[in-house]
Parts: sequence; C-alpha cells; structure tokens
Amino acid sequence: MKRVYVNEEWCLGCHLCEIQCAFANSGEADMVKAFNNSEQKPLARITVEDGENDIHFAVSCRHCETPYCVKGCITGALTVNENGIVQIDDTRCVGCRTCILMCPYGCLTVGHNKTLLKCELCVENLGGEPSCVRRCPNNAIVFEDRDGGLL
Amino acid sequence: MKKFKYIIIGNSAGAIGGVQGIRKVDQASEILIITSEPWETYSRPLISYWLQGKVKREKMHYRDPSFYKENNCRIRYNTSVEKINPQDQTMALADGEIIGYEKLLVATGSIPFVPPIKGLPKNLKESKSIFTFTTLADAIGVKKGLTNDARVVILGAGLIGLKAAEAMVNQCQSVTVVDLADRVLPSVLEDKSSDIVKKHLETQAVDFMLETSITEIRDKEVLLSNGKSLPYEILILAVGTKPQCTLIQEARGDIGRGIVTDHHQETTLKNIYAAGDCTQSLDISSETQKNLAILPNAFLQGEVAGMNMAGEEAVYDQAFPLNSVGFMGLYILSAGTYDGVAYETQTPEQYKKIFIKDNVLKGYIIIGDCMRGGIYTDLIREQTDLSTIDLKMLITSPQIMAFNQSSRKEKLAQSH
Ligand SMILES: Cc1cc2nc3c(=O)[nH]c(=O)nc-3n(C[C@H](O)[C@H](O)[C@H](O)COP(=O)(O)OP(=O)(O)OC[C@H]3O[C@@H](n4cnc5c(N)ncnc54)[C@H](O)[C@@H]3O)c2cc1C
Ligand code: SF4
Ligand code: SF4
Repeated sequence: MKRVYVNEEWCLGCHLCEIQCAFANSGEADMVKAFNNSEQKPLARITVEDGENDIHFAVSCRHCETPYCVKGCITGALTVNENGIVQIDDTRCVGCRTCILMCPYGCLTVGHNKTLLKCELCVENLGGEPSCVRRCPNNAIVFEDRDGGLL
Repeated sequence: MKKFKYIIIGNSAGAIGGVQGIRKVDQASEILIITSEPWETYSRPLISYWLQGKVKREKMHYRDPSFYKENNCRIRYNTSVEKINPQDQTMALADGEIIGYEKLLVATGSIPFVPPIKGLPKNLKESKSIFTFTTLADAIGVKKGLTNDARVVILGAGLIGLKAAEAMVNQCQSVTVVDLADRVLPSVLEDKSSDIVKKHLETQAVDFMLETSITEIRDKEVLLSNGKSLPYEILILAVGTKPQCTLIQEARGDIGRGIVTDHHQETTLKNIYAAGDCTQSLDISSETQKNLAILPNAFLQGEVAGMNMAGEEAVYDQAFPLNSVGFMGLYILSAGTYDGVAYETQTPEQYKKIFIKDNVLKGYIIIGDCMRGGIYTDLIREQTDLSTIDLKMLITSPQIMAFNQSSRKEKLAQSH
C-alpha cells in the first residue's frame, strides 16, 4: 500500500508539515481562521524531530503491518480499514492511552477532547494525497508504495 | 453429536483475537463461540467507565455487533462448558449437550480472587451490597446500589479497585480503599510513583487505609485489622484475579501460573489452544513465567492461537507486563520489569523512571506526560541492544532521533 515515507537528508526542519497536518484536520477552509481559534489550536498528527548537526525528520503513523496500537486498543476504537489504513473512531476512544503504550514510533497524540488523534492519510478530511506530503517544500516526505522493498 | 472445526470458549479479548487469527488463514469454516455471559463481546475495562457515566452501554462493545456475522461465527450465550474430553475431542455443556471440535481455543479469562473473610456471604452473586468488579453484571449490580449518600468501601488498591474508586467517588458520599500493602498499585508501581498516584487520588476525595485488612464482614459494616470499623452500603472486593484454568486442569493439561502453552499458544493437550488471562506467559523482560492479565496480551495470544488453529504457523514470544491507566486526569504508563540501573527524572509535568540492565531496556514507569512512551515499550519488546543508541537522548525523552541513522531509515523509510 501507499504510505508516507520520509527522507531525513532532505528535511529542512521547517515544521510546515505539522502546520499543514493540523490545518487539514481542523475542518476549517481558511488557515487564518483555523489557527486564530486560539483556545483550541488545531493539533498535528505528524511530529518533526530536530537533532544536532541539522538533522530533522517528520514522524507520522507507519500504518504498520503489525499495528500494535490496534491489537492493544482496549475498546476496539482503532481498526485497519479495507485499504490497510489504521483509523480511529473517536466516538469509541476513551483516551486510556494504551495505544501510546503500544506504538513503536510514538505516533498518537491526545486531542483536545481527550480522545486520540493519529494520521489517517487524509482519507477522512481532504481526500487524495496526504497534506504533509503535498505541502512539503523540499519533497522530504513522499507518499509511495514501498512494500516490495526500497528501490 | 454436532461437530465444529473451530470452537472458542469465551467471548472477550482472547476469543476475539482467536476469531481474527483464524480468519487471517481460513475465511470459510464456521466458528462456534461459547460464552457463559449473556452479552455480545464487550470491553471489560469499560465497566468502570460505564459505571462512571462516561461511556454508554452501546459503546461498550469490543467489536461492532456485525462482527459475528461478518466472520461467520455462531454464538451461544449463557452457556458454560463443563468439561473437555481431549481423547475424543468433545466437550460437555452445562445443559448436558455434547459437542465435538477439531481445534479448540480456551479463552476463559480470569475470575476475581475472593479472600476467605469471616462473614462473607455464601452466594456473593445474590448480594445487593457486596460485589466483585470484573464483569458487566457486577457493574450493573453496583450501579443499582449506588446512591448519593452511599458509603463505599473497596478492598484492594490495585488497578481494578482504583478504577472502581474513580468511577464512584463523585456519585456517593465517600470512598475508602483498604489494602494490606503499604502503597497503591503495589504490583505496578514502586514507592515514589505509587505515592504520586495516591496523593492525586486523595485530592480527589478518595480515602486510603493502607497496611490494613478487613477481618470481618458484617451487615453494613466491616471490621479492620487495626481494631477500627468502617460502615458501608457498598463493599467491593478487588484483591486480585486468578486465571480460570479448571477445564484444562480437569482434562489433565499442564497448569503453572495459568494454563501452560508453547509459543504457538497450544496447550499440552493436542488441538487445544489457550489465550488471555487464563494462561501463563513467559515475561521476556524478567525471563520468568507469569500470569499477565492484560488486554493486549489476551488479544495478541488469541490471534496467534487462531492462526495456528487454522494451519498457519505463528509465534507469540514477546510477552511482558504492560499497563496504561488513568485516574481522574493522571495517566500512568508502565512496562517490563523494574530491574537494573535506574534513571529517574521528575518535572512538574512528569515523573519517569527507566531501568536498564545488560545494555537492554528492561522496564519503565511514566506518570503524567506519557507522549511517545511506546518507543520505550518497543525497546523492551525487541530487547534492542542499546549500544547503538544515544542513551542520554533516550532517557531525556522517547524519540526516534536517539537511534542511529540506519535504524532511523529502517523505521521511517521502509515498509512495516
Ligand atoms: C475493571 C477492569 C479494568 C481493566 N482495565 C484494563 C486496562 O486498562 N488495560 C488492560 O490491559 N487490561 C485491563 N483489564 C484486564 C482485561 O479486561 C483482561 O485482561 C481481558 O479482558 C482478558 O481477556 P480474556 O479474553 O483473556 O478473558 P476475559 O475477559 O476474562 O473473558 C473470559 C470469558 O470467558 C467466559 N468463560 C469462562 N469460563 C467459561 C466456561 N467454562 N464456559 C463458557 N464461557 C466461559 C467468561 O464468562 C468470559 O466471558 C481490566 C479488567 C477489569 C475487570
Ligand atoms: S499508530 Fe503506531 S503502531 Fe499504530 S499503525 Fe501507526 S505507527 Fe503502527
Ligand atoms: S486511547 Fe483510545 S484508541 Fe487508544 S487504546 Fe485507548 S481507547 Fe483505544
């Protein structure tokens, strides 16, 4: 399946993907509006790590073949859909954080209403290509099928 | 006699894992699920959320109600399996019916351990004031007796006792938790971490009487080991659970700290598998056999059992203790074994202790901000050699940056 992959050599550390992710999931059509709602700033489902020697990379859900978050979820709120995308049903999530305990990559965030947020490859919002990928200025995040191995 | 290719005893996390495991391999053959409970599969941890009023009954289901149909499962509710006969691969149900199986999964879970206390009623299930707290039926019973002026006494400051306390404290007059141990969550936390949780619960009006036991249960009053007494309208007995192994024991399968299985989840009886709270697991973080009564373990074991039952070899050899639990806004993550060199940090947002031994992360406790904690869990799971990892960074916070470049690439640029 197509997943989000990152190339740390190309990442500038600009954190634009975080902003685009938060915006895409805010439900607002206008970016200024989305972020001016200061009480509840939209939250990103992707995190950029910044290290020494100018190393940066973004981390978001890997949509694992062995999704420990899904297997460990105590309510069944996390599921794998027919396309392999790991999704969360916020009407069933109780915010117990077992999925945080289980995820090897640190890809789940607690939302404002205490249910968990995760990357769903933008299938629940804009549709099409994930926003982080589309808006990365340096192509450091790509949306590709690498299941057969890295070429 | 009816005969089924697959029969699963139980209808909770281990059993559902079993169905999903079988269906990864065999989409055709019917699966018979037998459960002594009357309901569709529900998330057992949610009974406290329901009692608290945070989750509605229809949101307690562990899988959508369409799950059984979609997975070609036939289900018999309110039916207990009385006896398994491994020689002729049959079982006897409580109503006397005998049915045959080709592959059997025992996912009978755990039952509350009720200590022998003077004055304990003979039939707890009929009591309107004394309860255990592990099933939806228990929670329904408690809810009936819960009034604003009820005084609640809970015996046991473990996970179940404290979840019950959290659920009730804002709906009754008082909650007092009694435990023989000198700290709360004694099997999950150490002195300092336990103290943080206790203080937090105390600020939320939960009272504790530690290093104390109940010596006698009377009508509306318990006597304590310190000579005092406590009045109650609701008494919850939550000292612990024990694996439900009787069926396998009577069929002469091996029992240790639960039903003994190999890493295919097969018991010592041919064609009988076991998963979940009823089993014994090898804890890889301490290399000891344990009864790990936690939901992720139940599902993972069930899935592996199911795959093997359907003929595909699958292995489960990565068990270890895992806990994620919140009490009134304070969250706790813990995993593994607290053995080795300890690295402890404390900030206003977070308490954290990490244990490293022989260059492997053995365990950790995080209270408060638990973001990305699973990165630590994975180091325990994979028993990763820490020599290629930037320890200082790792101890500061769980992050992928602490790994070397090639492992970072493996994690972020390759398929999982
Ligand atoms: C209040 C509470 C809170 C919890 N919170 C957490 C948590 O936050 N995180 C976590 O990881 N775990 C938690 N747990 C533990 C978790 O619920 C269990 O680990 C999990 O339910 C185990 O699943 P299981 O399938 O092994 O067994 P169980 O859930 O115990 O189910 C076993 C089923 O088998 C049936 N059965 C047994 N014997 C027979 C028989 N002879 N014939 C027919 N049917 C039979 C039983 O009726 C039952 O339905 C909690 C438990 C409780 C009670
Ligand atoms: S949230 Fe974590 S464990 Fe779950 S699929 Fe994504 S990366 Fe994998
Ligand atoms: S926090 Fe929500 S999604 Fe995560 S394990 Fe708990 S119920 Fe499932």
